[in-house]
Amino acid sequence: MTTIRMPQLGETIVEGTILKWLKQEGEAIERDEPLFEISTDKVDTEVPSPVGGTVEKILVEEGKTVPVGTDLAEVSEDGAGGGEADQAAGTASDAGAGGAADSGDAAAASGDGTDASDAAESPSPSAPPARTAQAPEPAASGESADAVQEGSAAEMPAVEPATAQGQEATAASADGASSAQAGGAQPLPDRGPRSKILSPLVRRLADEHQLDLSRIEGTGTGGRITKQDVMAAIEGGGAAAAPSAEPAAAGQPAPSEAPAPAPAPQVTAGAGEEVVPITHIRKAIGEHMLTSLQTSARAWTMVEVNVDHLVKLRDRAKDSFKEKYGVNLTYLPFVVRATCEALLTHQEVNAELRGDQIVLRRFVNMGIAVSYDAGLIVPVIKGADAMNTVGLARAVADLAARARAHQLKPDEVQGATFTITNPGPYGSIASVPIINQPNTGILSLDAITKRPVVIDDTIAIRSMVNISMSWDHRTIDGEIATRFLARVKQNLESWDFAEDVSV
Amino acid sequence: MSQRVEAGAAGHGAEPRGKRTEDGQATYLIAIAEGLWEEMERDERVFMLGEDIGVYGGAFKVTEGFLDRFGSQRVIDTPIAEESIVGMAIGSAMEGFRPIAEFQYADFMTSGFDEISTALARVHYRSGVPLPVVLRGPSGGMVRASSFHSINPEPWFSYAGGIKVICPAFPSDAKGLIKSAIRDDNPCMFLEHKWIYRRIREQVPEEPDFLVPISSAAVKREGDDVSIVTYGAMVHRALEAADALAKEDVSAEVVDLRTVYPFDEETVLGSIQKTSRALVLSESYRFVGIGAEVASTIAEKAFEHLDAPVVRLSPPNVPVPFSPTLEDAFLPSVDDIVGEVQKLSAW
Repeated sequence: MTTIRMPQLGETIVEGTILKWLKQEGEAIERDEPLFEISTDKVDTEVPSPVGGTVEKILVEEGKTVPVGTDLAEVSEDGAGGGEADQAAGTASDAGAGGAADSGDAAAASGDGTDASDAAESPSPSAPPARTAQAPEPAASGESADAVQEGSAAEMPAVEPATAQGQEATAASADGASSAQAGGAQPLPDRGPRSKILSPLVRRLADEHQLDLSRIEGTGTGGRITKQDVMAAIEGGGAAAAPSAEPAAAGQPAPSEAPAPAPAPQVTAGAGEEVVPITHIRKAIGEHMLTSLQTSARAWTMVEVNVDHLVKLRDRAKDSFKEKYGVNLTYLPFVVRATCEALLTHQEVNAELRGDQIVLRRFVNMGIAVSYDAGLIVPVIKGADAMNTVGLARAVADLAARARAHQLKPDEVQGATFTITNPGPYGSIASVPIINQPNTGILSLDAITKRPVVIDDTIAIRSMVNISMSWDHRTIDGEIATRFLARVKQNLESWDFAEDVSV
Repeated sequence: MSQRVEAGAAGHGAEPRGKRTEDGQATYLIAIAEGLWEEMERDERVFMLGEDIGVYGGAFKVTEGFLDRFGSQRVIDTPIAEESIVGMAIGSAMEGFRPIAEFQYADFMTSGFDEISTALARVHYRSGVPLPVVLRGPSGGMVRASSFHSINPEPWFSYAGGIKVICPAFPSDAKGLIKSAIRDDNPCMFLEHKWIYRRIREQVPEEPDFLVPISSAAVKREGDDVSIVTYGAMVHRALEAADALAKEDVSAEVVDLRTVYPFDEETVLGSIQKTSRALVLSESYRFVGIGAEVASTIAEKAFEHLDAPVVRLSPPNVPVPFSPTLEDAFLPSVDDIVGEVQKLSAW
C-alpha cells in the first residue's frame, strides 16, 4: 500500500488545496497517471500517481486545503514489493512537482530571482507530467503578493517554469506540432529524456535528407536519435520523409497547422525542364513567408497619393543632390520620412504582438526590402525617425549597396519595427506583400505613373502612386490601418521637402 | 607472441638481421636495430652517440654489434651528460653529419631539455642550417619501471614546434620510420616503447629502401561504429579491446597515429567521417597530452560528422606508480577501453 501525500510544489509552499480527484475509490490507476488536481499559492497542477494499482482510500475531500505532507490517499499496488512502495510514496512529491519544482530550486540556487514580470512572461506549459493551468496574470499577481509577504525576491521562484524549462516547453510544443503536421501519424510514445539531444551529424543528415526527426524513434541511450537511426530512416525511404525541416533546430515553434510544401527529395526533369536545387536563402525566405502567413491575420489597404510635386522636386534636385551628397535621390527617402512620422503618430502600427501583449515603440527601425542575387533581404535603418531626407537617402544607398555585395552584418538585418517594400521600379502598380514578422505592417511603394485625376471638377494629369499596406488584424483594425495610410498620404502630399534636398 | 626473441640471441657482433626468428620475423627491437644498421651502411655521415651504446651494446641491446661493425668513430660512448649529447649532435649536424643520439630512457631526455627545445628545435629557423638529428630512446610504462623510467615525453617535445615526434607501435613501422627519420633533414625524436621491444614481432620488409613516411597514420583494424585513435603501446591494447568488442557486435576501428607531431589529420578525420564516434586513447597524460590535441582537432574539423562527444582515455597527470596494482589502475586497460567504446557506441 502506498500513501500519497500533499506534494510541496516549491520551497516556500506550505499547503495546497485538492481541486478534484481524477480517480475515485476502487478505480484502477497506472503509474504516472494523473490522480488529482491541486491548487497552491503558485500553481494549479495535476499530480500523477507514483505507483500503479487501485485507489483504495481517499482521505481528503475536494475543496479542502491541507499542509504539505498530509496523507491524501492510499493506492494498493498490484504485485509490487512493499519496501519499494514506501520509497515511492516518499518521492511522491517530487514526481508530482515534476520539472516545475526542480526548475524553481535551480533558479533559487543560482540566485536568479525570477521577478513578477518574468513570471508573467514565462510560457505557461510546464514539462510533463505537471500541467501549469493558471493564467499568467493571476500567477504574476500571486508572485508579487508573495514577494511582499516574504520580503525577499530571491526566495520566490518556486514553481513557474524558469527559462531553461521554458525552452523545453517550446521544444515540446514544436514537436507536438510537427507530428500533427506529419499528417495524422501516430504520435510516438514516450520518446525518452534524451530524445531532443541531436548530435551535429544527426542534424546535418536530417537537413540533407529533409527528415522529420520527430518521426524517428531514437534507439540511443535515453531515446537519443543516433546516426544509425537516421541512416535506417534514410535507407528505409519514405518513412521519415517529412514536409518541413525539423522544427527544434529552427528555434521557433512550428506553425500549428502546417500543410507545408513538400520539397520532394528526388525530382526528375521532364522534357524541356531543368531541375535546380533550392538555395539556402530561397528556403529560408520561403519558410519565413509561410510562417508569417500562418501566424498573422493579414489584411490589406491601399491609398492613392498625388506625388506630382515630389516628382517635380526630384527632377529639379537630383543632379545637385548627387553632386552634393554623393548618392542618388530616389523617392524612397521621402516615403520613409513620411512613414516614420505616421508610425510615431499611430504607434499601434509600429508595434509587435508578443504573446498576449502588444509592444508599442516610440522609435522607428525601418526595414527596407532589398532584392539581390541570392533573393531578398531586409536591412534595417536603425533610428530612421531621427533622420532627415539626406540621412535616409544615404542609409538606403549604403544598406542596399552592401546587401547586394553580401556585406551586411547580422545586426543590420534585425530589429525592424516596420518594413517598406518598393516594387515600383519594376512597374508594379499594386502589391500585396507578406508581413515581415514580427512587424504589424509592411508598406508597399508601387510605381509612380501619370494618370488623369479629377481636381476641382476638372480632369488633370498628375503623377500618382499607390501606397498600400498589409497589416495584421490581430494587432490593429481597419480604422487604424486606414488612418495611418491617410497620414502617410497627407505627409507626402503636404510636406515641402525642398529645403531638405537643398533646392 | 609466446615465443620471445632475445636481442642478443645470435651473439655479439652479429648484424641485427641475423637475429630474426627462423621464419623471418623480427621483434620491434630488432627491426629498429636493422633500420639503424642499414642507414649506417648506406650513408657514412650517419653516426651514433650515447651512453653505453658501444661496448655494452645499449641499455636494451639495440646497438649490440654496432661498435664492431662501424668502429668507435661512428659508435661513440659518451659520459652521462645528456645536455652534452644533444649539443654534440647539434654541432656535428651543423657540420654536415647525421647524428643519432640514444638516451638510455626517454625520461633522461629532459636533462638535455634546453638543448633540445631551445637549440635543436630552432636553429634551422634562426640560421637556415638544417639539423638532421635523430634523438631516440625507450619510452612508456607497462613494464613496472616506476616513475623515473616510464615517461611518455612526446607532449613536451611536440610542443617545441620544430621536432618531428615519432611513436611507432609495430616492428615494420618502427623500421620504416627510423630510416625515414635518419634520412629527414629535420630534427626527429624517435620514441621506442619499451613494452613493445621484445613482445611484438612480425614479418618485416628487408628492402634497403623500405620507408614509412613520417606523419602518416595507419588504420590497423577497420571498423564501423567507433574509431579508437591512438599510438604506441596503446595500439596493442586497442586491438585487443576491438577483438573483445567484436564479440559484442561493436565494430571498432583502430587508427595508429605512428607520428604524433605533426600527426596525420587526413587519416584520422577520414576515420571519424566513417564511424562518427571517436575515442582518443593515449599513454601520455590527459591534460595537455597528445590525446588533447587529437581530440580537439576532431572536434574542430569533423564537428558535423560527430554523433557523440569526442572522448579521451589517458592516464591522469601524476607520476607513473611503481606498485603493479597502481600502475595497472593508472594506465588505460583493455577493460577501460572496452567500457569507453561501449559507452560511446550507446551514447
